[in-house]
Amino acid sequence: MNKEEVIDTAHTATPGTGNERNAVIRIRDVYKSFGDNHVLNGFNMVLYEGENLVVMGKSGSGKSVMIKCLVGLMAPDSGYIEVMGKEIATLDHETLDILRSDIGFLFQGSALYDSMTVRENLEFPMRRHKEKLGVIDDTTPLVLEALENVGLAHAIDLMPAELSGGMKRRVALARTLILKPKIILYDEPTSGLDPITAKEIIELMRSIQKKYGTSSLIITHDVDCARVISERMILLVDGINYAEGTYDVLSKSTDPKVDAFFKK
Amino acid sequence: MPEKATVIGLQQQMADRIKLFFIQIGDLSYFAGRFFKEVLRPPFEFRELLRQCYQMGNRSLMLVGITGFIIGLVLTLQSRPTLIQFGAVSWMPNMVGISIVREIGPVITALICAGRIASGIGAELGSMRVTEQIDAMEVSGTNPFKYLVVTRILATTLMLPLLVVFGDLVALYGSALVENLKGDVSFQLYFNTVFDALAYGDLVPATVKSFFFGFVIGLVGCYKGYYSKKGTAGVGYAANTAVVMASLLLFVVDFIAVFVSDIFYEL
Repeated sequence: MNKEEVIDTAHTATPGTGNERNAVIRIRDVYKSFGDNHVLNGFNMVLYEGENLVVMGKSGSGKSVMIKCLVGLMAPDSGYIEVMGKEIATLDHETLDILRSDIGFLFQGSALYDSMTVRENLEFPMRRHKEKLGVIDDTTPLVLEALENVGLAHAIDLMPAELSGGMKRRVALARTLILKPKIILYDEPTSGLDPITAKEIIELMRSIQKKYGTSSLIITHDVDCARVISERMILLVDGINYAEGTYDVLSKSTDPKVDAFFKK
Repeated sequence: MPEKATVIGLQQQMADRIKLFFIQIGDLSYFAGRFFKEVLRPPFEFRELLRQCYQMGNRSLMLVGITGFIIGLVLTLQSRPTLIQFGAVSWMPNMVGISIVREIGPVITALICAGRIASGIGAELGSMRVTEQIDAMEVSGTNPFKYLVVTRILATTLMLPLLVVFGDLVALYGSALVENLKGDVSFQLYFNTVFDALAYGDLVPATVKSFFFGFVIGLVGCYKGYYSKKGTAGVGYAANTAVVMASLLLFVVDFIAVFVSDIFYEL
């Protein structure tokens, strides 16, 4: 496959051109620069309902910037970002917070609150979204359910400092699940983990997707993770969606920039 | 000419530093403005505020107490010979009481808290920034500025005057101990003399400026930590610069407070 064909694959997957699944995230022509460093140069992407989409790119290619723009942690210089039918740039803080309760975000370094126990970490997102969860007298069953999903119910009263890297990642995943989000954004879910733990995390991600029917956007540079979990992939190169397709299609590409991702 | 180039380079460096100083003052003012905007707007984080008050107040108590006690001891021991020389040793409680309550107590307590609390806040918020905990908080629908910054600034503002009162009392006790051992002055007589010597004009400005000291310590610690950059090295930098900046600003605030209270005395 030459470069033109690869790029063409990306364009035919743009929404409104045939395959009509509900889009939960749409990104159109997003630009973001930090001084002279142009990170995103007109990035486009669509995530469909119930889909596992992997965005791959080198370190510093703008993957994390893109995912942060999606939840309003960063504002793009220009472009259009829509999540569940709402344009992020036009939302006030309150509406954005309500929307965020439908988006789970697994941070690269887990981002557990150091000063809180595992239980308090999981209870924290519930404080502002009580209306979504209904009347709750006791949060313990919800916390336990989320922890059981990741196999860590016994760690409920531990502090993050007492957990291993893999356990932290699983607790962070449980915290992501506590509000029963419709979309989960994973920022490098397997980075910094040994291969066995990384495999366990990938399996967890798959089982969660199966159980809750969430749509998942996975940012990674881990080819094994992408192979196992992706239904569709986007390769982010030079700030644009350089190529798009399934793992099988992209991994057989002869385009040097695409091939570079899959070379062992 | 290399010498001329060096001079120009130094001038440029100096200009950059001055520019950076004013940028920081501007940013800090904006940060303070945001605090006043957020502090009155619900939801209020009372639980976190109480936790911070406990952390900052209770955990600084020992340090402030020990320092105050030693200051009281040393001040009395060093002043005694001179006062004896002038036959004015009976003025010791008045002199020590007024100097501790009006100036030494608030300033020393504030400096200790700048070292302990401002650096602690700077390092804590800095590490939370670096490890994306602040982002995680925002994504979970909690306003991190309100939860982390407003509560900490309020806690330092409320706790510092209490710590100052505690530090003053312990310092006076240290002074009374010296007088009791060396001059046979009873504790009751010592404290009666001190409280007779103190007027509202001594207590009110000292208490008011303690609130401002607390505000400055919390503000600078939070500002440095909240905007910490450059990874783990940035955390250390945030803690360090928080102490330096807070200590410097404490003296500026002290000068303004003394200047303003002096105007009122004149009136």
